[in-house]
Amino acid sequence: MTGTVEGCAGPGFGSVPRKEDGRFVRGRGRFVDDIALPGMLHGAVLRSPYAHARIRSVDATAAESHPKVRAVITGETLAARGMAWMPTFSHDVAAVLATDKVRYQGQEVAFVVADDRYAARDALALIDVDYEPLPPVADARRSLDEGAPVIRDDIADRTDNHVFDWETGDAGATEALFARAAHVSECDLVYPRVHPAPLETCGTVADFDRISGKLTVHTTAQAPHAHRMLYARIAGIPEHHIRIIAPDIGGGFGNKVGMYPGYLCAVVGSILTGAPVKWVEDRSENLMSTSFARDFHMHGEIAADADGHILALRVSVLADHGAFNATAQPSKFPAGFFGVFTGSYDIAAAHCRVTGVYTNKAPGGVAYACSFRVTEAVYLVERLVDVLARDTGRDPAELRMANLLTPDRFPFRSATGWEYDSGDYPRALRTALDMVGYEEVRAEQKQRRVAFERTGHGPLTGVGMSVFTEAVGAGPRRLMDIMGLGMADGAELRVHPTGPAVLRLSCMSQGQGHETTFAQIVSHELGLPVDAVEVVQGDTDNTPFGLGTYGSRSTPVSGAAASVAAGKVREQARQVAAVMLEVAADDLRWDVGTGGPEGGSFSVKGVPGVSVTLREIAMAAHGGLDLPDGVEGQLAASTVYNPPNLTFPFGAYVCVVDVDPGTGEVDVRRFVAVDDCGVRINPMIVEGQIHGGLADGIGMALMELVAFDDDGNHLSASFMDYLLPTAMECPPWELAATVTPSPHHPLGAKGVGESATVGSPPAVVNAVLDAIGVRHADMPLTPAHVWRALQGRPIRPDIAIR
Amino acid sequence: MGVTVNGVEHVRDVEPRLLLVHLLRDELRLTGTHWGCDTSNCGACIVWMDGLPVKSCTVLAVMADGRSVRTVEDLEGPFGLDQVQQSFMDCHGLQCGFCTPGMLMTARKLLDDNPDPTDTEIRQAISGQICRCTGYRNIVAAIRHAADAEAVGRGDT
Repeated sequence: MTGTVEGCAGPGFGSVPRKEDGRFVRGRGRFVDDIALPGMLHGAVLRSPYAHARIRSVDATAAESHPKVRAVITGETLAARGMAWMPTFSHDVAAVLATDKVRYQGQEVAFVVADDRYAARDALALIDVDYEPLPPVADARRSLDEGAPVIRDDIADRTDNHVFDWETGDAGATEALFARAAHVSECDLVYPRVHPAPLETCGTVADFDRISGKLTVHTTAQAPHAHRMLYARIAGIPEHHIRIIAPDIGGGFGNKVGMYPGYLCAVVGSILTGAPVKWVEDRSENLMSTSFARDFHMHGEIAADADGHILALRVSVLADHGAFNATAQPSKFPAGFFGVFTGSYDIAAAHCRVTGVYTNKAPGGVAYACSFRVTEAVYLVERLVDVLARDTGRDPAELRMANLLTPDRFPFRSATGWEYDSGDYPRALRTALDMVGYEEVRAEQKQRRVAFERTGHGPLTGVGMSVFTEAVGAGPRRLMDIMGLGMADGAELRVHPTGPAVLRLSCMSQGQGHETTFAQIVSHELGLPVDAVEVVQGDTDNTPFGLGTYGSRSTPVSGAAASVAAGKVREQARQVAAVMLEVAADDLRWDVGTGGPEGGSFSVKGVPGVSVTLREIAMAAHGGLDLPDGVEGQLAASTVYNPPNLTFPFGAYVCVVDVDPGTGEVDVRRFVAVDDCGVRINPMIVEGQIHGGLADGIGMALMELVAFDDDGNHLSASFMDYLLPTAMECPPWELAATVTPSPHHPLGAKGVGESATVGSPPAVVNAVLDAIGVRHADMPLTPAHVWRALQGRPIRPDIAIR
Repeated sequence: MGVTVNGVEHVRDVEPRLLLVHLLRDELRLTGTHWGCDTSNCGACIVWMDGLPVKSCTVLAVMADGRSVRTVEDLEGPFGLDQVQQSFMDCHGLQCGFCTPGMLMTARKLLDDNPDPTDTEIRQAISGQICRCTGYRNIVAAIRHAADAEAVGRGDT
């Protein structure tokens, strides 16, 4: 079923201002580093200068004698508590503090607790670590070489750096279609290692109460309930004695999903000292040691018939997982959701094989708004389609239009087994091409090219596009889990006697406006004003259990939970109203109203003027009414929403760039983004999230890169080296929407938080390569990379320029 | 050292190496000013010193001796929010709110110096700052909105 409708009708929905903004514009947000508890101490982490080295000894005696130092924690301290290693989200373990070896530069070796943050840092210099340097594996492509250093010799019988092999699709059917294809294009693509780099780094204030045995952790946790379980498992503290409080979070993008050694060391520091311990990493620590993203080395092949119809796709991937396999993704999906790599196209057969390897780099792998590697999948297919267009002399827009899935194909089961819920891709692409004025831009491009060939001067104009399909809102539980916890989310809704409501959520905002959007959902369901709904999140003592959001799960999963809980409350209200009006519940008709303080109302069918409002019902439910058996005297409900499927938002992006062929500098002149995320609850917030994701696309395509040298030195450990787009590199985004509701979501909504990050990089890269007439060059297309590509000598981005 | 912060004079013994951002946040508990990068790239720590925006992560506290510092906490006056604060709310110029205080301090300074900036001038003014959420479009729109609202207030229309 695909119905395309306009608008976002209904009370509650619409571009209302955000409830959370009042505190932020006054500087009154409460971020982790803003917290100061009485007697609080400060932690700092000693990190490895080597990418790979054996630890002969750690001598902390000088640090311990520093007058302001209260405790020094080493790997040995943790080993004595059984905490030197922690489980990862991906069937592996990771060192908390290194005991045997360090396996990447920046790895945690020791933790100092001191009276203030400067003293804690000072004391790090007093810790004497005796390292025996070992040869590192800095290049993923050499990791499986004969004789390569074995990184994970902590694992019994391990003799190589192989992590996993995973495949999907039908190899035989794919081979058969390749064999009869009129044309096959292939391409090697690197999606280099990048970093989510939220503006607020990761941090924690751990507060262990020795008397009650209760641990309270204020922390930058995108998924507070998953963190609580991890603390229980790792530290051995019973789960009911752990309270995770995620205060305001200054951006997450997946970076704040994982469990980091600094968090655990702060907990141990608090247990040892009896005082609260704050640890907040600095920018270098964030970039060097916390969850990176991507690092996929891909070889793609695309087969087409003589008419340009795409027949099949074949892909092999080398996935650099760093020193520990710690990707935070559903545990049965070692390559995340990369399996959706057939994208938005009608492709009969596909096959891919992914091999994961260890290297001497930080662990992570799924972060930066990637939708569990849909980002890599979209980049692959959108780049391959452009390569095919170039190789066969076709216009990339026409080639796409001829191969896109049409609305009548939904629900669509892809060649790799994913069931897309709804979509209208041709309409999205047509809208985007019309907005950009495709024919005119192509004509202008031609003129610029002629002028360049005549004069040798630029700029050269390029047009690039992508038509992406996202896959967000993981569950269902039977298929998707994080460490055995099925991917569902909870909501609890209570309407107070006087009418306003409180909604408690398992997910936690990192800036995307939950306090507003979720109040709007309740408003939409019950007719209450948005301001009459308080949203509670990010406190495990006061919210129901759930897996939380990594980037786009809030609306598809928790949003559905809120809607279902509100529906249950409405049905309770119906039962109470029936008693109030002395009629059968079935004889009542619900009218959601206009969002006034009375809320919606129930009226008696066929009897005009006889009705009670939600506010009256709420008071009556708690009053002296004689309620029948089975009707509780309250308006309150909870639910756990187990999504039946992912939602599949999509969009069509067109990017126009001007490239200076003399310097390689790229100017993104225009960016048109048509997004379809189903029904939009708050279009203003949706558009804001798209703007942010588009900037990510500019960043990844043109400047962001975590690079290493041969010794495994991290070369991108500050914002002077890890470049992020500013207002100067971002054009004024041009947005449009189509609305194709999700047929299985109670509100028809789909997730959107990661759409633009997923969809925009290939549009920018395709535009730059279109401008310079180069078949392929890898991201980031910095001026140096563009200039080299123009000279026919593209650079491999992931290792340092020699 | 002595420093006037948001009109209030503070006298403190500080270590010579103490950063201004840490004096404001940790000693004076004005936590609206944020700490984002250590290298003057992100601008989350922007405050005014003697009327000029500075990145307080790369200013020593002692460099503010005898000077006047203004932080985001001082933007709201007795008659309500500063127009730039109101416009950031009206135009969805913020999401996670971490870069917002720095953006607001720059925006206020820009409009004080140039009440009718072009979009390019607005982008240049905030080009030393990073926002990871908004893609800047609504920040530019918010500053434009504030300029327009203040022009109306002055009767400049």
